[in-house]
Amino acid sequence: MSILVNKDTRLLVQGMTGREGLFHTKQMIAYGTRVVAGVTPGKGGEWVEGVPVFDTVKAAVDSTGANCAILFVPARFAPDAMYESADAGLKLIVTITENMPVQDMMRVRQYLDQQGVRLVGPNCPGLLTPGEAKVGIIPGHVARPGNVGIVARSGTLTYEVIQALTASGMGQSTCVGIGGDPVKGMNFIDVLELFNADPLTDRVVLIGEIGGNDEEQAADYIADHMTKPVVAFIAGQTAPPGKRMGHAGAIIEGGSGLAADKIKALLAANVRVAAHPEEIPSLLR
Amino acid sequence: MKLHEYQSKLLFAKNGIPIPRGRVAATAREARDIASELGGRVVIKSQVLVGGRGKAGGIRLAKSPSDAEDLATQVLSMTIKGLPVRKVLVDEAADIHKEIYFGITNDRAARRPVVIASSEGGVEIEEVARTDPDKIVREHIDPALGLRDYEIRNIALAIELPREHWRAFEKIAHGLYNTYTQTDATLAEINPLVITGDKRLVALDGKIVLDDNALYRHLDLAEMRDLDEESAQETEARKYGLSYVKLDGEIGCMVNGAGLAMGTMDIVKLFGGAPANFLDIGGGAQADKVTAALRIILSDPKVRAVLINIFGGITRCDEVARGIIAALAELKTHVPMVVRLVGTNEAEGRRLLADANLITAASLADAAQKAVAAAQRAG
Repeated sequence: MSILVNKDTRLLVQGMTGREGLFHTKQMIAYGTRVVAGVTPGKGGEWVEGVPVFDTVKAAVDSTGANCAILFVPARFAPDAMYESADAGLKLIVTITENMPVQDMMRVRQYLDQQGVRLVGPNCPGLLTPGEAKVGIIPGHVARPGNVGIVARSGTLTYEVIQALTASGMGQSTCVGIGGDPVKGMNFIDVLELFNADPLTDRVVLIGEIGGNDEEQAADYIADHMTKPVVAFIAGQTAPPGKRMGHAGAIIEGGSGLAADKIKALLAANVRVAAHPEEIPSLLR
Repeated sequence: MKLHEYQSKLLFAKNGIPIPRGRVAATAREARDIASELGGRVVIKSQVLVGGRGKAGGIRLAKSPSDAEDLATQVLSMTIKGLPVRKVLVDEAADIHKEIYFGITNDRAARRPVVIASSEGGVEIEEVARTDPDKIVREHIDPALGLRDYEIRNIALAIELPREHWRAFEKIAHGLYNTYTQTDATLAEINPLVITGDKRLVALDGKIVLDDNALYRHLDLAEMRDLDEESAQETEARKYGLSYVKLDGEIGCMVNGAGLAMGTMDIVKLFGGAPANFLDIGGGAQADKVTAALRIILSDPKVRAVLINIFGGITRCDEVARGIIAALAELKTHVPMVVRLVGTNEAEGRRLLADANLITAASLADAAQKAVAAAQRAG
């Protein structure tokens, strides 16, 4: 087992024929992910990389039995693409797209919640279950199958941690990049719940950063419910207040969202907090 | 992107919110002319994109046109929190009977817009939150339905707004919500909204922060950006699609990915250095972007060493290496550079850099320690 994606994932790629979409579709197929359909309005009937392309998500789902969608669609078209996948009955949507307006995401998230759809992202590197499926852009070669679950707001920092774990002989069950936006789909707690229930995950790494209070809420959840050890790293201890640090959600506002407060909350929940990413493997032992 | 007070209030006025009569002046002479036109007392308000203008002496009351000219001369020569005052707003002075706070922002935890109001206006809302949290009223709005009339009445009642003002308040509330949605704001704030002696509601001060990600559909608003209010480095960084924030330290950082960029700053600090900046070159950066990034970092005279940390996923290490080589040829710098390249095409990247005079590192900790040591030697 693992969480969210595995060898039974039948993936549909929205925006497969675009530059990013095509590049990463090739990478996902090379990793062994079952990519069953692409959707690009106006290109239905074509075949790309041995995968049939459809004009609509509904047609693609009807023909191929796809059960998960990934988006490489530009931000201005992404809300429509997510509504389309939700209305076609897909229950897991992974949105790689970055630069999404917040007001768009508030409406999208509310609708997806009403439809019982799980969203990962936007502005995220997606999901990787090593040895089974890569649904996103996490470099597959740095990961190994194993029992450490990873959930992170940052992309490249996740790659860094995966590599450090692999180098220390610790494989991963599933790596989940939830994204750096202030309003997004699955949050730390949603993913921690899944890891807590997953028999193949025995330890979890949580990678947070400044902005918002998701890490504090995760700390409360860990204290009350988590049965597995958690190690954390929080980025942005040197970030100044009032400045957006690259990610739309990474900003200290009105004295809230400080790294120090998040670290304090996690320590109080018996989470070991690493001083830097390469220290994480030693804290997991 | 922050808008100036005068820009924010013009957007409010377009949506039916009453604002004081007034105009912007760039010289004291213009301020005098505007004051003559308006007649009576005026307020001279510095237009800089920081809070605390009043405390800094950047908001002054003038009794006559010649007084307005004198005060505008003073205010236009000020620097507030590092920003020189280049413009003043000359507004008719209001007869303030009562000050209210009224704003809308995105509540990221609730994933909804939230209307915030308080009977304690005229001071920063964070200040009220600390000293008098019971005086703050919040009403979450359904993003699909928009602001409902009853929600406005809930707010009016909770801030104990006298009933004679409810109709005017309702109109202002809809105007504020429309401004928020139509401009894709992350904050639309009237502070204070005043009740005047003759019982009108007027938005005396206003602030709008726009969602940068939505500017593609608001080209008219994007043009309102005041380039004088940001550093030359920030303007240059935006041109190349780089995220750059200047800090006070001596070690310049160039990283791909926001989280890793913050993590790199933190580890520099952990090993006794101080980061000079946050800089994320983003995913898939080409050589010209890397060159621009290094140019921006090295334009900071405090930088004693540069730490380049690249974990290639979409980003290719060989492209980054070509950018570094081009930058070195262009800039002819003697600032020591520590480079760590990992991931996609790392072997090719390292081969390209073998002849350049750079310090290489294998791990993040190793890179940070070498950068701190190099900065100390150079300092």
